Amino acid sequence: MARQTLYDKIWQSHTVRDYGGGNTLLYIDRHLVQEVSSPQAFAALDAAGRAVRRPDAHIAVADHAVPTKLRAFKLRSGQAAKQVRRLEENAARHNIPYIEIDDDRHGIVHVIGPELGFTLPGTTLVCGDSHTCTHGAFGCIAFGIGTSECATVLATQTLHQKKQKRMRVILDGGLAPGVTVKDVILALIAEIGTGGGAGYAVEFAGSTVDAMSMYERMTLCNMAIEAGSRVGLIAVDETTIRFLKDRPLAPKGDKWDAAVAAWTALKSDPDAQFDRQVNFETSNLAPQISWGTSPEETLPVTAHLPDPEAEPDPVRRARIEKSLNYMALKPGMALRNIPIDRVFIGSCTNGRIDDLRSAAKVVKGRKVAAGVSAIVVPGSAATRIAAEEEGLHDIFLSAGFEWRDAGCSMCVGMNDDRLSEGERCASTSNRNFEGRQGRGGRTHLMSPKMAAAAAVAGHLTDVREMM
Amino acid sequence: MEKLTTLTSLAAPLLESNIDTDVIFPARFLLMLEREGIGQYAFHERRKHPDTPFILDTPPFDNARILVVGANFGTGSSREHAVWALADLGIRYVIAPSFGEIFHANCFKNGVLPITLEDPHMTALEAAASAMEPITIDLPEQTIRLQSGTEIEFHVDTHRKQALVGGLDEIGMILAEDRDVIDAFEASRSDEEPWLTLDEQHLAYLETKQRQKK
Repeated sequence: MARQTLYDKIWQSHTVRDYGGGNTLLYIDRHLVQEVSSPQAFAALDAAGRAVRRPDAHIAVADHAVPTKLRAFKLRSGQAAKQVRRLEENAARHNIPYIEIDDDRHGIVHVIGPELGFTLPGTTLVCGDSHTCTHGAFGCIAFGIGTSECATVLATQTLHQKKQKRMRVILDGGLAPGVTVKDVILALIAEIGTGGGAGYAVEFAGSTVDAMSMYERMTLCNMAIEAGSRVGLIAVDETTIRFLKDRPLAPKGDKWDAAVAAWTALKSDPDAQFDRQVNFETSNLAPQISWGTSPEETLPVTAHLPDPEAEPDPVRRARIEKSLNYMALKPGMALRNIPIDRVFIGSCTNGRIDDLRSAAKVVKGRKVAAGVSAIVVPGSAATRIAAEEEGLHDIFLSAGFEWRDAGCSMCVGMNDDRLSEGERCASTSNRNFEGRQGRGGRTHLMSPKMAAAAAVAGHLTDVREMM
Repeated sequence: MEKLTTLTSLAAPLLESNIDTDVIFPARFLLMLEREGIGQYAFHERRKHPDTPFILDTPPFDNARILVVGANFGTGSSREHAVWALADLGIRYVIAPSFGEIFHANCFKNGVLPITLEDPHMTALEAAASAMEPITIDLPEQTIRLQSGTEIEFHVDTHRKQALVGGLDEIGMILAEDRDVIDAFEASRSDEEPWLTLDEQHLAYLETKQRQKK
C-alpha cells in the first residue's frame, strides 16, 4: 500500500484486532524484563494463576538496581539484592531466559538488546522502561510501558494500544568537529520542547541520520522520550543490516537472507503522509549543555544563563527562577564557568563503545581536575570487554577516572552511584530532573566528549578548545 | 480494580508544568517489591520541608481526590509507582493541559482518570481548585460540574472508559475474548516472518552462562 509511513507499516503488520478509532490489540514480538518494573507484574500473574504465554519472547536482566562494583554486590543483602533475586526467581519460575549480573552479556537492557541481536527490524519491542524507544533505531516500534502493561504482555503477548500520530524530524547538514548526536538531540529538544513530540511516533530522517552509526542512531532515538515521544524510529538501511549480521540472536543462513529482503522494505513510502514535520539544520550546532531541571533547558556551551527578569511570560519566568534556584545558578552566568564535582560517563544514552572511544580521545594524556570525582560505566559487559581490548580503560584510569562494571549506574538514583545533596555533575545521561541522580543532586546533560572535557577542566567547558 | 463513576471532592492545585515521575515518586523508593501503601513516598522531596508544607498535606486539600496540575504532568520515567502512589493517597482524577504519555497510559490501569483540558476550561478549573470549591466529576456523562453551575465536557476514549466504569480486568478480557485471534495471528506471523522465532540454537546460547577468564 502506498503512502504509508514506516510506523504505519509496522503497526499494520502487528494489528491483531482493530477496535476502530485507532484502538488496536497490538501483537508484541519482544519484551525486555528488568528488576524494577516487573516484580508487581509477576505478582499479578501469580495471584491470578496466569502463565507466561511465550517465554522465548522475553529476556530478563537486572540493570537499574545493580551496583557497578559487582564484588560488593555479591556480599550484599538489602533491598537491591532482594529485587535482583526476585527477578531471577520470577524468570526461573516462568522459564524466561535470564542473564546473570556476572555474565559477559549482562548490561543495560537497551544496550544489550541490540548487542545480542534480540532487537530486530520490523518488530514491536517493549520494556518497562521509558528509554525503550532506543531500539527504534533499528526500524522497529519500541516503546516503554508500565508494570500493568508488562503483566499484559507476559500473559497475552499483546497490548491494547492507541495508534499515535506521525511526525518526521529531518536532520540535515552533518556535524561540525566536536559536535555529536547528543548535541543534536539536546538542541532539538530545546527547540521543540519536552512536549514537542507528545502524541506522535517520531521518525528521524535526513542526511545527518543517514551518515550516523547504529550507536549514534540509538542515542538519538533514546532521547525521543525526552521530547515527549513514546516512539522514535529510523528506517532500515545498510548500516542497520551490517550491525545485525552475525549477532548471536539474529537469524542465520536462509532465514537471514529472507529477513534482509523483508527488512529492506522497512522505510516510509516517498509520498507518505506525516501529521507534523520538523526540519532541523545540524551543521551550525555547537556542543550543548543543559542548565536547568528539564532537558529542554539546554543551551550552546558558548551561551549565558537566562535572566528571569527578561522573561515577560510569568509562567516561564517562574519556571526559569525555579530551575536556577534548584541548580544554584545565577542569571547571566557564562555556562562554561560553572564548576563541577562529579562526572558520569555511561547510561543507555551514552554508555556504548563509540561513546567511550570519543571520551577517551579527549582524556588521553590529561588528568581529571583536582577535587572532581569521575566515573566511566560501560553500558554492558561486552562494551567493557571491548573497551579493555582497545586499552580505553588504561586511558581513563591513568587520568584518574574510576572504571566500573556495567549498569544504569548514576543515571538513575536507585543504586550505589548517586550524587549527594548539592553536588553538581557533568553527565552523559538523559535526564536532569530534580533529584534524578540522587536527592538534591544537580545534573548537566552533555555528550561524552563534553563530559570528558569537563572532568579535565574541573568546570563546564567547550571541548572544541581541547581538540 | 475499583470502579470509577461520579465523585465530588476538593481539587488540590499543583500548578507547575513538567512535574516528572522522578518528582512524583523518587527513584530510591523503587526498590520496593510491592505496591501497597506507597502513597507515603509520593512527592517525597517536596514534603520533607516542614516550613513549606506540600499541597496534599495542607488541609483541606489533604482529603482531595482530584489533582489539578500544569502541562506535561507525569513526564519522564515509565515507573507505574507514580500512579500507584497517587491512587494510594486517594487521588482518582488528575486534570492537566497535557500528560507524559506513559504516565497517562498507566493511570487507566489503576482506576485513575487523567483528564486533558484546554483553556479556558483549564483556567476555570485552576481557579475553582485554588478557591477550594468542591468539583463534581461525572465519568459516565463525561462532564465536570463547577460550583458556579458551569459544566465542562471532557473527552475519554470509549474503550478506556468502559474499563474504568466497569473496573475490568484487562488481561482477563483479552484472554477471554481474543485468545483465538492471537493464536491465529501468531501462527501466520511465524509463517511469514520465520526468523522472528528464536530457534533451539538461540535458546541454548541464552541458557549457557558466558564468562571470559580475566
